[in-house]
Amino acid sequence: MSYMGFIPTQIEKTKIFQAVASGTRIDGRKLNEFRKIKILTDYIGKAEGSAYVELGDTKVVVGVKISIGPPFPDTPDEGLFVVNAEFVPTASPFFEPGPPDENSIELARVVDRGIRHANVIDTKKLCIIPGEKVYTVFADIYVIDHAGNLFDASTLAVVSALLTTKIPKVEVKEGGSVEILEEKFPLPVNNKVVSLTWAKIGNILVLDPNFEEENIMDARFTVSIDENGYIVSIQKGNPGYLTLDDIRYSIEESLKISKELFKLFPGGHSNDKED
Amino acid sequence: MPLLVERKAIVVPGDVLAEGNFKPGDYVVRIGNKLFATQIGLVEVKGNTVFVVPLRGKYIPRVGDLVIGTIVDYSLTSWKVDINSAYLATLPVDLAINKKFDIIKDELTRYFDIGDVIHAKIVAFSRVEMPILSTKDRGLGKLHGGMLYYIHPTRIPRLIGRKGSMINLIKKETGCKIKIGQNGVIWVSCINPEYEMIVVKCIRKIEREAHTEGLTDRIKMLITEEKNKLSQRGATDE
Amino acid sequence: MSKSQVKLIDENGLRVDGRKSDELREIKLEVGILANADGSAFIRQGKNKIIAAVYGPRELHPKHMALPDRAILRCTYRMASFSVQERKSPAPSRREIELSKIIREALEPAIFLEFFPRSVIDVYIQVLEADGGTRCASVTAASLALADAGIPMRDLVAGCAVGKADGVIIVDLCDIEDKEGEADIPMAMMPQLRRFTLLQMDGNLTKEEFNKAIELGVNAIMKIYNLQKQALREKYLKIREEVLSGNNNRR
Repeated sequence: MSYMGFIPTQIEKTKIFQAVASGTRIDGRKLNEFRKIKILTDYIGKAEGSAYVELGDTKVVVGVKISIGPPFPDTPDEGLFVVNAEFVPTASPFFEPGPPDENSIELARVVDRGIRHANVIDTKKLCIIPGEKVYTVFADIYVIDHAGNLFDASTLAVVSALLTTKIPKVEVKEGGSVEILEEKFPLPVNNKVVSLTWAKIGNILVLDPNFEEENIMDARFTVSIDENGYIVSIQKGNPGYLTLDDIRYSIEESLKISKELFKLFPGGHSNDKED
Repeated sequence: MPLLVERKAIVVPGDVLAEGNFKPGDYVVRIGNKLFATQIGLVEVKGNTVFVVPLRGKYIPRVGDLVIGTIVDYSLTSWKVDINSAYLATLPVDLAINKKFDIIKDELTRYFDIGDVIHAKIVAFSRVEMPILSTKDRGLGKLHGGMLYYIHPTRIPRLIGRKGSMINLIKKETGCKIKIGQNGVIWVSCINPEYEMIVVKCIRKIEREAHTEGLTDRIKMLITEEKNKLSQRGATDE
Repeated sequence: MSKSQVKLIDENGLRVDGRKSDELREIKLEVGILANADGSAFIRQGKNKIIAAVYGPRELHPKHMALPDRAILRCTYRMASFSVQERKSPAPSRREIELSKIIREALEPAIFLEFFPRSVIDVYIQVLEADGGTRCASVTAASLALADAGIPMRDLVAGCAVGKADGVIIVDLCDIEDKEGEADIPMAMMPQLRRFTLLQMDGNLTKEEFNKAIELGVNAIMKIYNLQKQALREKYLKIREEVLSGNNNRR
């Protein structure tokens, strides 16, 4: 859904620019400060994994569902990971019911790439019968309240949900059929990833834009970083441009600030723990 | 013929307020012999009429109200103004400028452009016409600088206070310029940004506690406390 | 007897989740939970988790679809892909489209649409987790969201499903009871005025069984109605108490 229905007031626009130019935001935050973050996992009983995240007033629910099916032909011994995002009309006066539009598709793909390139899920461990049956992990993002920066809220929610996902064990029977057992095991997770989204307002980059800031920003820049400090994914969005200094600055700051974000994840299973 | 609830009780849709000879006022409906609330709010009685002072609900335009709105569109001879209600309002060019508007030579955007914020009066609104605004009265027109804050429109009477007592108190104690729109939009302009924070805290407190007693005293206390905090930090100039 | 061999009522007359035949699941209602919506509510009923949001009255586009003398009510009921045991495609199913209509028609009689000509009131219902009786729970939540949005109503609308399991008339069916039982009757009404606005039935019942079911349903709905009213008042009463006790730390 495009934001064409929403006109920012000249007064608020001026105030935001003035504030940012003097090193602060209209909600009192510093330029590189996140809003308050709340993460709840195991939120949806019927999902194999789930998380509810609040980032300021932005609210996102992610449910992970596991199914069993054929692999892709070019990766016969790997499971599948699929991310989908729905902009629920409850979230904003500008969302209408309907299939995902270019914004929710971009969101799903950006979150997906961050997770995929950080190798958060070891898809090789999701193979049941090579070439025939693998686990497919669906992560569905439902945005239920939109107050800006859906990217970072969604990444936090998907990773938190994956960290607490439990997959049903299977038994391969004679003749190649697969029986789903009652017993569950934790989804094999190798790594964690966070995304940090910056908004360019005037010449200045601010972290975690709220709705008002997003509405007047020139460009948007999302950097995804894994637990080992690698940059795994980048997305520039919105009409508007970035200078080389902008890019360097935001990547450097993102690397620093990401360390604080990783502390927020639930004590899930990662590669340095025995479960 | 009793009133079945106390005055100022919080009522919700479907609550039975009275039976018998009472007259239904705002947000009250008579079905059979009973009067029901149709809104969430505080119940009040004036003479024989039972009505509800609403705590929720979008702003409903009323002729004579002053509102603060945003220019969102324009056509040949009028602007469309978002006044935060169910309906988009119209500001016709001859209710905005004093001279004759020349359609060929002149341009509407010379006066008000998209994104401009205006203080205007509602001069017409009926079931057939969308609200019509005018900025001709003195003091109305485009607002420059300052900042906009939003409060639920049902709280505006409390923010203003009886004969303006509440808002005048806040203005006097902070020295800020404040303009109030009945539609829940407040324009605040302060020389001292810390005093602007005090105004915002007052607005939030009034929004939260509008349905309680003794609010004026608590606001006085809030302002005094906040000013003390500031002078202790040495951050104010009188 | 149930459709499969699942025992829905045990030898003590208790149901699969330990409830008595006329016992409701645990219900939690919260009002005003979303920042953007004009009105919103959240219901947790057993394992059901449902959000309802209202936007409006607002302008309808395209304008020619608006009605000159009243508002149009629109309602969208959708279930999240992870709300059920087997992942459901996010695209709306025929069932969701039918239920969107049924729920709209359950709410409409309560609303004074004529107060807002040429406008639209949008009700959005998102089921996050489903365990039977979601359409009734949705009506209950949507009604609160409408009140929270300040839309004038004749009464709230409260809903509950009743049915039959192993020959016993039961109230507030969970998913297994809905699937395996002998009858399912979703219903909703404006309780004060005793006006039914949602009524459907699947299964087979004698006239006596049906009458008993409706009676139990009305009782259940009255209980839910009281919970709705409490939820709407709660926030304001709490603030009043806080203020009276001078316990006023929040600015």
